[in-house]
Amino acid sequence: MAQDILILAEHLNGRLADITFEMTGKAKQLAAAFGGKAVGVVLGSDVGSLAGSFGADAVLYVDDAALADFNPEAYSRVLAALIKERGPRLVMIGNTSMGMDVAAGLSVTAGLPLIAYVNSLAADDGSLVATSQIYGGKIQAEAMPDGEACIVSCLAGAFPADEGRGAAPVEHIASPAPLDGLKVKFVRLIEPEGGDVDITQQAMLVSIGRGIGGQENIELAQELADALGCAVSASRPITDAGWLPKTRQVGKSGLTVKPKVYLALGISGAPEHLEGMRGAELIIAVNTDPKAPIFDVAHYGATCDMLDLVPALTEKVKG
Amino acid sequence: MNIIVPVKQVPNLTDELEINSEGDDLDHGALQYVLNEFDEHAIEEAVLAKEAAGGAVTVIGVDTTGELDSALHTALAKGADKAAKVTGEYGRGVDSHTQARLLADAIKGMSPDIVLTGVQAADDRDGQIGPMIAAHLGLPYVGVVTGVEVKEGKAVVHKEYAGGVMAEFEVTLPTVVGVQAAHQPPRYAPVSKIRQIAKTMQIEEIAGNVPSGAGSTVRRMFKPESAGHAEMWDGSPEEIAEKIVALIAEKGLLKREA
Repeated sequence: MAQDILILAEHLNGRLADITFEMTGKAKQLAAAFGGKAVGVVLGSDVGSLAGSFGADAVLYVDDAALADFNPEAYSRVLAALIKERGPRLVMIGNTSMGMDVAAGLSVTAGLPLIAYVNSLAADDGSLVATSQIYGGKIQAEAMPDGEACIVSCLAGAFPADEGRGAAPVEHIASPAPLDGLKVKFVRLIEPEGGDVDITQQAMLVSIGRGIGGQENIELAQELADALGCAVSASRPITDAGWLPKTRQVGKSGLTVKPKVYLALGISGAPEHLEGMRGAELIIAVNTDPKAPIFDVAHYGATCDMLDLVPALTEKVKG
Repeated sequence: MNIIVPVKQVPNLTDELEINSEGDDLDHGALQYVLNEFDEHAIEEAVLAKEAAGGAVTVIGVDTTGELDSALHTALAKGADKAAKVTGEYGRGVDSHTQARLLADAIKGMSPDIVLTGVQAADDRDGQIGPMIAAHLGLPYVGVVTGVEVKEGKAVVHKEYAGGVMAEFEVTLPTVVGVQAAHQPPRYAPVSKIRQIAKTMQIEEIAGNVPSGAGSTVRRMFKPESAGHAEMWDGSPEEIAEKIVALIAEKGLLKREA
């Protein structure tokens, strides 16, 4: 299977994650160019019904109790053995919470290069070209593996999911690596706690980023939100700093919001954040940096210090 | 408990990033470097773990800029006990694979109980160093972790998935953990303390000796062309505020007390 592409399927709570379909669609296109097959890899236990529910050319399904929940150590062992056995041309893994735990380690154990944060993949005259989105989304790096085989970790949302939907013939295989003596043990899933404002249900959000400067200024944003009758949300650095609860975080590792109006104040627009808010109906961004990526997704924008704007805006809203 | 924190220096993203004349890398000479923000969280989490369970924290990085000392002094001022830097012909922008090989080599002899590092860095084009260090050392790895508790030879970690869901794992030590965020915001170290530490504490130097290379080669680096761009407003904060209010009113969302 030297020209085949292995796609690591990602699933949680019995559902395939979109990244699986996204990578599969792209894999089929590349496999056709390489003259190989797009082969899905499903690791799990008792998930036979989802194993064949995406559009790969074929699916390898390892059903083992040790794989009942995502376990980075178990996944890494199985994938390393599969790569060794089958020698694929390309291994596609999500640059997601799960994928990031396995891709870089596999690169070392399998001795294959890894190109990470990939948002574009192409076959150029039979050679793979992978483009990484790095430096907070400010730079694209187009690279080629030094040898033929390679691992890529793909950003969520980089490829259309619809191309990867469909059904595939499933081949059950025994785990190609022993799964006893694991040092990592899955204990439990913790669902997000309620109680706080549900930012996904708000018609309008006053969303703040690093431009807020300090915790003492959160009050300014809250006053504006109060005047507007909406809630305050934030980008990752604000919740990481503990200035607002995690339930207010918009982005890849937080919540996806689609309000009618999204006021992005002092948010630069890292890819992690954009993923969670680009679907808003109307995006208005205010940032001191005229080149901030947030202006690429906003409908209206102004280069201005949010700390100057917010009091003026609160006053105008109050009328 | 022996806690090791490998760190990475990255370009300061608030600076304008320029591409070199060959068009295949950043113009690194023109850039300011700072410690990877996730590594700041790893340092904080390490100091918290030490405070809770006892032990010592060693912070270690590859000195790609010749300026790593100040970051290490800051880490010491925040509560790390020892600092080390890997030296050699490894310049700005050296790939993650090379840094991971160098760090794993250096850490091997330190017999860590737990290795805490930032889950990712802005320049991880060829992947994150945490899982690579783990693979080199033959240790397990769990990343995107927002809380680590160490007890009785085990680490209990909380790993973030999308949408606020978390998974709890129990890992037998020694292990490598990729920190997304510490239990509490990274603490502040007063400049006077950093200066004092710079005068009194030694940074161990370890000569690096591994070949460089990521296994892939960048043929072109460029700034993304955005599909669209906001219509930009000029004017004073008051004028901008007026325009925003008008748009909100247009959407029928202005709730003024009439």
